[in-house]
Amino acid sequence: MSDTNTNTDAESVPGNGFPADIDASEIDVGERAESAVERNAKRTPRGLVLRVQDLQKTFGGIRAVDGVSFAVEEGTLTGLIGPNGAGKSTTFNCITGALTPTNGIVYFNGEEVTGQSPHEIANRGLIRTFQIARELEEMTVLENMMLAPGGQSGESLIRAVTPGLRADVVRQERAIRDRAWELLERFELDHLAGEYAGSLSGGQRKLLELARALMADPEMILLDEPLAGVNPTLETKLLERLHELCASGYTFLLVEHDMDVIMNHCDPIIVMHQGSILTVGSSEEIRVDEQVIEAYLGADI
Amino acid sequence: MSTARERFQTRVKTLPDGLIIFGVMLGLYSIFTVLTVSLGFGVSGIVDTLRTVTYFTAVYALLVLALNLHWGYTGLFNIGVAGFMAVGVYTMAIVTGPTSPGAGTVPGLGLPLWVGIVAGTAAAALVGVVAALPALRLEADYLAIVTLALSEIIRLTYNSTVFQEFSLFGTPVGTGGASGINIPTNPQTPINAFFEGQMGRAALDAAAAVGVTRPIVVRNVAYTLILVVVVAACYVFVQRIGKSPFGRVLKAIREDELVADSLGKNTRRFKIKVFAVGCGMMGLGGILWFGSDGYASPLSFRPIVTFYIFIALIIGGSGSNTGSVVGGAIFAGLLYYLPQFFEQNSAAALDRIQAIIGGSTATPNTFVAAVDALGQLDVTAFLSYCFANIGSLRFIAVGVLLVYLMQHRPDGLFGHRIETASSVPLSKPAGGEDDE
Repeated sequence: MSDTNTNTDAESVPGNGFPADIDASEIDVGERAESAVERNAKRTPRGLVLRVQDLQKTFGGIRAVDGVSFAVEEGTLTGLIGPNGAGKSTTFNCITGALTPTNGIVYFNGEEVTGQSPHEIANRGLIRTFQIARELEEMTVLENMMLAPGGQSGESLIRAVTPGLRADVVRQERAIRDRAWELLERFELDHLAGEYAGSLSGGQRKLLELARALMADPEMILLDEPLAGVNPTLETKLLERLHELCASGYTFLLVEHDMDVIMNHCDPIIVMHQGSILTVGSSEEIRVDEQVIEAYLGADI
Repeated sequence: MSTARERFQTRVKTLPDGLIIFGVMLGLYSIFTVLTVSLGFGVSGIVDTLRTVTYFTAVYALLVLALNLHWGYTGLFNIGVAGFMAVGVYTMAIVTGPTSPGAGTVPGLGLPLWVGIVAGTAAAALVGVVAALPALRLEADYLAIVTLALSEIIRLTYNSTVFQEFSLFGTPVGTGGASGINIPTNPQTPINAFFEGQMGRAALDAAAAVGVTRPIVVRNVAYTLILVVVVAACYVFVQRIGKSPFGRVLKAIREDELVADSLGKNTRRFKIKVFAVGCGMMGLGGILWFGSDGYASPLSFRPIVTFYIFIALIIGGSGSNTGSVVGGAIFAGLLYYLPQFFEQNSAAALDRIQAIIGGSTATPNTFVAAVDALGQLDVTAFLSYCFANIGSLRFIAVGVLLVYLMQHRPDGLFGHRIETASSVPLSKPAGGEDDE
């Protein structure tokens, strides 16, 4: 949150992460969601890395996301759940720039990023993974890793080909390569470094995708169903890594279908239903929430 | 049996790239040496044939390398190669053409040759950028349609009478319309000057001493050697691009653009840059190809030229620069020049064949008649028909080859190789701590 003060708004409040002129009480959100956000804010003094305000996305006549507001605190493993069609993935895509929201504002580190392109948002330190792991199949595992870091001087065409300017590129490449090897060892993928990413198993792809996201040195990672299709052993391993990373200061927003995972590992949990936020709370609160049960099991029970 | 083959394949895989290219060229030279010697060519003729093979290999290699940058690395389906070549050639011709030309030709700006080459390359790159700005928003197939259309628009523009002669900042210039354009100060001029000097004369004498008596052959060899140097430089250039973080992003765009974008890469900017560089190389390729002919017309830039280059890339294996050169060599030598060679020397070849296996040299009029002759074991008559219609039969050969490749080697000769995009070796750092 150190760059809060670089905000264009001179009166921004350090630690809060949001421009001062946006008062929480002014935010026009649904009654339930508003109280949830307030509850969140009261619970911890930590800064908010991501804040979504009244997000809307319509596809033709369908309102996939209808006025969603929530915030993600620094260093948390926040979960986002909801039944099929609740609008989780659309929300995700609106935050990361893959889709442009019809309405609403997305703040990352106190700066508005609404409608920016994916690479702009990624360069601010918000990296995403994909629901179906999207490896760059005909690139090796190591190439996948080395692609991710931002600000590589060798990505300039002139620096890449001019002999006199390459020393810097080579130095940087060495550093990136070494970091990639380090992370691959940590994720136990180092024995596959030279293989095409396309030849990895589903679980290994998920690991690689997380490792690749870390290579970009982000502040926050949005994980879209990182455990789908992952075997239980690997799942435990992945979750361990997530907790470790959280402890070392990374922030995660996790979209997941698997209720158990969310309930046991995420705090707080945001529940979406039919395009809006149903409730926000800890797993204990969610577990006994009537509305959540109703949304998941049907209105008549 | 298969193990021997596998062993051979692994050995080829581990060969240095330069050696592979050298080996392929040696193979082509052997084929053409055998052909020319058996047809009774003199030393000049043999040297000139081998030079022609080298020349076509070089221009194809350069164009295939450029296309590989677009299609092989970045996945940009550009089928407008001929158009960008035309921009290079015409710009160069207009820039270097004499200001007061002879009858029947159009005036140019009269600038030096090197200015023309630079201007032609830059113009092709610039047209590439202008085309890329809207076109690169499109998905693969639509980009293909747009580039093909653009190349035809370029060709028809040069063909139109509107620009046959026009005024550029008050200076009369022109494209020559359908009658084409001369490249009077063609790249051979400095070479001609060299051979009029003392060293050049000595070189000519030396060549005559070994039997190359026609000075034009020596001059052409010199031009081809320069061409080979240019292609080698371009090869190093694209290798550098391929093995850099820039090239890594290109590959990522080819694999999945949204992923590259989501990792913070401004993919659009990368695509525009690489499109411009590739188009510039295509312009340069066109200049080097047609510059030595001294003449180009809109007919030289029909879409078929683009498809030839694509086929060469498919043979070599898209994504590999070495594959591009090898594919260019194989296509240029065996599918482009060899049929042309037989066409030009069909009478001599047929006489030779008849002397060996008998038969009749009379050319059958139809394919049915040719097959009929083959049925009567008159191979010579069948071949006679083939030589006479080799232009059309080449398409059949190309088609058969493509079907074979799709079935047995969909990645081409070198497409399966893992060529990592990085400026440093990627093996695990040994000490870890002492590095940096």
